[in-house]
Amino acid sequence: MKAITASEVTKKVIHNEELFILDVRNETDFNDWKIEGKNFEYLNVPYFDLLDGVEPILDKIPADKELLVVCAKEGSSVMVAEMLEEAGRDASYLAGGMKSWSEHLEPVKVGDLKDGGEMYQFVRIGKGCLSYMVISNGEAAIVDATRMTDVFTDFAAEKNAEIKHVFDTHLHADHISGGRKIAEKTGASYWLPPKDAEEVTFEYSRLEDGNEVMIGSTKISIQAIYSPGHTIGSTSFVVDDQYLLSGDILFIDSIGRPDLAGKAGDWAGDLRETLYKRYKDLSGELVVMPAHFMIIEELNEDGSVSEKLGTLFAENHGLNIEDEGEFRKLVSENLPPQPNAYQEIRETNMGKISPDEEKQREMEIGPNRCAVR
Amino acid sequence: MNAAKVLDAKGLACPMPIVKTKKAIGEIESGQVLEVHTTDKGAVKDLAAWTESTGHELLKHEDDNGVLKFWIKKG
Repeated sequence: MKAITASEVTKKVIHNEELFILDVRNETDFNDWKIEGKNFEYLNVPYFDLLDGVEPILDKIPADKELLVVCAKEGSSVMVAEMLEEAGRDASYLAGGMKSWSEHLEPVKVGDLKDGGEMYQFVRIGKGCLSYMVISNGEAAIVDATRMTDVFTDFAAEKNAEIKHVFDTHLHADHISGGRKIAEKTGASYWLPPKDAEEVTFEYSRLEDGNEVMIGSTKISIQAIYSPGHTIGSTSFVVDDQYLLSGDILFIDSIGRPDLAGKAGDWAGDLRETLYKRYKDLSGELVVMPAHFMIIEELNEDGSVSEKLGTLFAENHGLNIEDEGEFRKLVSENLPPQPNAYQEIRETNMGKISPDEEKQREMEIGPNRCAVR
Repeated sequence: MNAAKVLDAKGLACPMPIVKTKKAIGEIESGQVLEVHTTDKGAVKDLAAWTESTGHELLKHEDDNGVLKFWIKKG
């Protein structure tokens, strides 16, 4: 019996490999959130229904497919995988369980910058969060960092780049930001849109429309565009005149939801203005890089998540609703459930509460749910 | 609540709280109550689902300063 890491499973997702997943968590947790892959098959039987043996489910597990047993934190999947091995099956378990799956970040290079330098996307495959690092001439900027801050600081160190600026496009409600921690650790500036930061308890740099920040001596520009709608402060970035970091405003196959800070009705108009006017005025050649993906189909072949703005205007349903009333209805009625613990997550990102790591982990369990389709 | 047996599963990680609960419930009579103490937060949903699938009854549960307490009536 062997352990398979979240990183190895991520590669299987990206390469569309086949995998049979026996998920032994309870049915509610499985239905809420699971490991998604285009060619993955699933069987959900809670571990507590298997305490007397795995014989009853053996005929439901194909013998010719790689088998991975998954649970919340690993313990139960080890037990079940052992029982399966005793029954003559080859079985592996997911090291660290869904906890590790939620925390795994896969760095993918998404582009070169005109005057040298590189752009990386950090794909948090289990939760659908996307962070970015712009590296140029020994300097780095990070956008929408997650709380696994070592991944970012280690990556920058490996690239011999000094982290100078850390940005959050908005005050996140689905995950805990690592921005402030990285800034404290490295001495970088931490930028937040002031309209989202009215209640924060710490010092920050005011991220405002038209701000332009340079990275590296070749002057890679990061230009801020005020783009309210998901939150009132939401700000997008155009990096190197090539990439549009759209935060939680525009995704590949959906658009941002305006209700997570409690004001769907008020912000529906802002969201429409941003998407249908401000974004419309930008070059269609810009490559959109959002802060989330919702479904595995949004991944490109190399595991990255991006698409040209022009293509999204042609294909994304949320950008093609002519009737304003219908748009308003889409973004304010029948919304999906809100992310787990989203109020506590917002308070953590404001610095109002400081839960320990275990609690933070628990708050972030589940999918991000930041979009409407 | 009068429990016929108290199971201390504090500090144990999943799956042990349920493995032990199953064993302990085998040692009491139908209609009697087992009290379970655990610190594994996953037990809240799992014990509820387990009692339902096994025909026992979860009478109540409470959080006593981080110790989760469950009262299960054997079916």
